[in-house]
Order: sequence, then C-alpha cells, then structure tokens
Amino acid sequence: MTEDKIRVIVAKPGLDGHDRGAKVIARALRDAGMEVIYTGLRQTPEQIVDTAIQEDADAIGVSILSGAHHFYFSRIIDLLKDRKAEDIIVFGGGVIPDEDVPALLEKGAGAIFGPGTPTSTCVEWLQTQVKEKRSMELA
Amino acid sequence: MFDKKQMEEIETLKQSYEKALEKSMTRGPERKGEFKTVSGTPIKRVYGPEDLVDMNYNGMLGYPGLYPYTRGVQPTMYRGRLWTMRMYAGFSTAEESNKRYRYLLSQGGSGLSVAFDLPTQIGYDSDHPMAQGECGKVGVAIDSLADMEILFDQIPLDKVSTSMTINAPASVLLAMYICVGEKQGVALNKLSGTIQNDILKEYIARGTYIFPPKPSMRLITDIFEFCSKNVPKWNTISISGYHIREAGSTASQEIAFTLADAIAYVEAAIKAGLDPNIFGKRLSFFFNSHNSFIEEVAKFRAARRMWAKIMKERFNVTDPKALTLRFHTQTAGCTLTAQQPENNIVRVTLQALASVLGGTQSLHTNSMDEALALPTEKSVRIALKTQQVIGYESGVTDTVDPLAGSFAIESLTNEIQALAEDYISKIDDMGGMLTAIEKGYVQKQIQDAAYDYQKAVESGEITVVGVNKFQMEEEERDFQLLKVDEKVGLNQIEKLKDLRSRRDNLAVRESIEEIRKAAKDNSVNMMPQIINAVRCYATEGEICGVLREEFGEYTENIVL
Repeated sequence: MTEDKIRVIVAKPGLDGHDRGAKVIARALRDAGMEVIYTGLRQTPEQIVDTAIQEDADAIGVSILSGAHHFYFSRIIDLLKDRKAEDIIVFGGGVIPDEDVPALLEKGAGAIFGPGTPTSTCVEWLQTQVKEKRSMELA
Repeated sequence: MFDKKQMEEIETLKQSYEKALEKSMTRGPERKGEFKTVSGTPIKRVYGPEDLVDMNYNGMLGYPGLYPYTRGVQPTMYRGRLWTMRMYAGFSTAEESNKRYRYLLSQGGSGLSVAFDLPTQIGYDSDHPMAQGECGKVGVAIDSLADMEILFDQIPLDKVSTSMTINAPASVLLAMYICVGEKQGVALNKLSGTIQNDILKEYIARGTYIFPPKPSMRLITDIFEFCSKNVPKWNTISISGYHIREAGSTASQEIAFTLADAIAYVEAAIKAGLDPNIFGKRLSFFFNSHNSFIEEVAKFRAARRMWAKIMKERFNVTDPKALTLRFHTQTAGCTLTAQQPENNIVRVTLQALASVLGGTQSLHTNSMDEALALPTEKSVRIALKTQQVIGYESGVTDTVDPLAGSFAIESLTNEIQALAEDYISKIDDMGGMLTAIEKGYVQKQIQDAAYDYQKAVESGEITVVGVNKFQMEEEERDFQLLKVDEKVGLNQIEKLKDLRSRRDNLAVRESIEEIRKAAKDNSVNMMPQIINAVRCYATEGEICGVLREEFGEYTENIVL
C-alpha cells in the first residue's frame, strides 16, 4: 500500500522579500518526495491558511526574516484554529532569536529551524510528525 | 611578461616541481580531492607565469585612475583618502535611529547609511494593514517629512553624505532628503549621497518592488535627469550585486547580473534622451564581500575592468568619470552564523579586508549578532572598529592595489571576467535583462547556485566553523540582542493622526493630483511634483498610493 505524499505549503508572510531559505527548504522537501507548494512573497495569513486548506496540506512551513515572527505565527495559528484546521502542522524558520522560540512553540508552532539547521533535520522532523499524525487519525 | 627563453626555463623547472609533487603526494595526499571556492570555481594548486602568458600590462591592468581601471578608479586611492566607513543602520523610530547615527558619527563613522523598515520600503504608511507587525523591525519607520526631519536632527547635510537603501519609492525619500536639506539651508548642489534605486534586483533577489518594470524604469530615469541638473553630487543609483549574492549566486553571477542590470539602466536612460557621459558619472555600484578571499579580490578588479569596457565599447562613453565603476561593499550577511557568534567578527574582518584590497569606495561591516537580530551599540562599534584597524593599522592602504601581479589574483580576475561575460552574452541573446527576468532565467541560476551551496555545506565539502565543524554541545550567549519595541507601530499611527490634523490637507490633496497628472504623461519628469507633495507633508503611503493607482503593482514571477 503506497503512502500518500506529504503535502507542504512553504509560505512567505508579510513584506519580507528574502526567499533563499524558503526556496532551498521547498526544494529539499520536494527532493525528499513531498508535494510542495511555494506561495511566493507578500502573503497574508489569510491567504496562507486558505492555500493550506484548499491544497489539503499536512503542514505549513513559514519563513520570516523580518522580525515579525510573533505576529505572523500567532495569526496563522489562530486562523487555523478558527477554520478548524488545527491538524495542519505549523513549522518555520528565519531570523528568530532563540529566546523567542519558546513563545512560538507554546503558541502552537511544531518546530523552529534556526540558521545553520541542515535541511535533512527539517525533512526528517516533518516525516516523523506527519507519520504520527496520520497514525493517530487512523486510530 | 616573460620572454620565450624565460618561459622555457620556467617549464623545465616546473617539471622538477611535478616530480617533487609526486613524491609529496605519495607521502601524504592533499586535504581534498578538489579545491574550489565557495562559488564552485576550481582553485589551482599553484599559479605561475604560464597562467599569465597573454597578460598585457597596459591593456589589461594599466595604472590606477587610468582605463581600464583594473587597479583602482583613482590615482592615489587610499593614500589620498580612505574608503568611507558607512555603516548601514536604522530601526524603530526616527528618534532612535537618529541617536544611532550620531553615535556612529561620534565613533568615527565617515558617512551615514539609512535602513528603512519594510512598510517604508514598500510604500506603505505605518497604519496600512500590510504594515502590521513590521513597523520599525528591519529599519526605521518613515511615514512623512516630519519623521525625516527627526531622523537627521543635529546632522548637517552639507557636511555628511548619506546613502539610503530605498528602491521602489526612492523618489519619495530623495524628495524628503532634499526638503530636510532645504530646511537646514543646504542648497541642492551641496547635497551628497546615494539612493539605491535599483528595481531590477528587487524583482530578481530582494523583493521590495511596488510597480511593474516600465513605470519603475521611468521613475529611475527621471531621477537620473533631475539629479544631473540639480543635485550633481548625488549618486542616483547603487546598482547592486550584494543581494544577488546573498540570494545564493556565485561570484561571477554576482558581477554578470549586476552589470547586465546596469546595461539595462543605461539603455533605458539613453532611450529617455539622456547622455551617458553625464548620467554615467553618477551611477554607482554595490557588491558583496564573501568568503573565498582571493576570488573576492579578483572579482572586484574584474568588475571595474568589465564596466569600463562596456561603457566605452557598447555605449561610446568618452568621459573618464563615466567609465569608472565606483562601489560600496557590504560583508556577506549570509555567512554569519548564529552559532558561536563571536566567530563572525573574524569572518567580517577577512571579508572587509578583501574589499579593501579590491579597491572599494565605501564599506559596511556586519555585526557579530546579525544572524539573529539588528546590532546593538556594542556590536556595531566592533564592526566599525574593524574597518578602522584595517584602514589605520594594517598598512595595506599605503600602496595601491598591492595584490596586482599575483599569478593567482590576475588569473582569477581574468577567469571571473570570462565567466561573467559569458552570462552577459546569454542575457544579450535573450533580449536583455528585463526579458531574462521575465523568463525567470536569472532567478533560476541564482536558486540553483543556492541549492548547490547548501548541499556542499551539508556534505561537509564547505566548512562552516561552529556549524558543521568544531561545534559546541551547548552554547551560552553572554550578550544581549537588540529588541525593537512592539509599540513602534502604534506610535507611528498616533504621529500620523497628529500630522494629518496639523497639515494643510487641501494642499496635500492638490499635490497628490499633480503627481497623478505627471504620472500619466511619460514626457514629464515626476521629481518636482513629488518634492512638492513631500514638502506639504503628504505621507509616503499617500504618494505611493496614487502611483499604485496609476502604475499598477508588480506580480511576482514565482520561480522555484
């Protein structure tokens, strides 16, 4: 029995135009066999959540280098709650000081992959998370 | 460089070397199978005379200040005047940033460089919905001339030159700077500085575009014309490779795509009826200084030689001032690590040195904490002092282009030029840079290079000290990071309400309509109307708002 491919949205919320990391992650996830939808720049939290729901995504990867991480992670996670789509895993990375990470995790982000994280770490984490999520859904 | 007899003797000696090499390799192999720069350029074991057989000193190197300017844009270079120590800064409110600018000047900074927040860079006032969460985070929030006046409080614009990293709304911020100068009693022809004003690289690599290409190019050539006539000491554009490199390009791509952008700007300006001998004098450039030291020095020299040739042969420019590539450099942000951040001080020192040996006109050195946040006073001070130590203590500034003649440096200068010319040729064949961007060619090259780099780091082929080698199990950071107050946005919103209640709103509305009229007519230079609106305290968002209505907005060409 073949497993459905993992479907991931890689998103750039807000005004930040730095997309090198987002594109590298998107490519690494794709090379690892996942279906990746890269949103492009200037996404509102609403657009990101809409896309994730429409595309039946397992996860949303959020890339923020502009210092606006508290704002955007919170909004995205709140919107997912409102739309009853909390099963969508939220993770991300960018320029996020370590002291800010606990608050993001507490809010509901699954993981924050800071500068220097190998893409394999991100891939493996996502594969594990989705596997767990799917086995829980089956149970 | 060497005659036939000498070359034969050298070849004979080389054979002895090859024998000794064979013995050495059997005793112990080299550290890697292949040695490459971070750009993937192969580096030879030993460079020698045979690599420079075709070197023609006068034609390819010349003297500093003489065509083709390989050795420097000016005869005395740093013996006459050191590069400008221009630290990019700005965050939170105009008051906070003004404090930082005065601090930097007091610590020996020799020029200012303004970082604006993202709403300002994208033409949104702080009260715009898209500005939520973003005010003051990556730079200073500037909504109107009122903020700009605070930004330059106690800073005399006739004595200090200012570079402003602003692109799509560059005309508006330039207008604000001019108005601040006016209020200080400084005439237009005394103002000195730069606006980045390079929209093409925004589409390619940086992302703070607003309008589509055609009207964007029109605004840019309007600025060229306005400044040629009225603000002669102003660098009207800073054609940038820095961001292209940060996005992941190789060294030769950085030069190629920057110069291809430059060609597009020169062509647009000529089409608009401007003389390249005139506007060409006030074009400037902005490069990255990355890790492969030797390649970086060679890269800067190749860029100078290439641009002189392009202006002379492609555009028939004769004024020497319009042939010289003058550039600002920033050390590579993408090489900074969050792990063991003090190591960044060392990285930045080497990168800064490479740019000095490459002949930069001005330099920004990154701070050690910038993988995580904007710099604190202490970390920015260390970054500035790095430049001062290089400038005043290292001695490299006492002779011009000291690495010239090095077999490795000259070989790599030639090689980077050849690779870059190849890319430019491809872009020419496609129909120029605007088409190449539309087709996604440039973006794809950059992304492929970025992905290759990441794979090389993850395989260990490229070492990043503290990250994939010499890591520490646990790290404790013993310094504080800069935190931007979340209330900046709210403060700006209050300021805007206050501004709108105090200003002559009728005059503002009329000035906005004048901008609209000018926007509709391509033959009109828009700068006077923009300056007038700014003077009336129209906000940046209001001005960009009418331009958005008239010009439309750019839709990203998503290339993955």
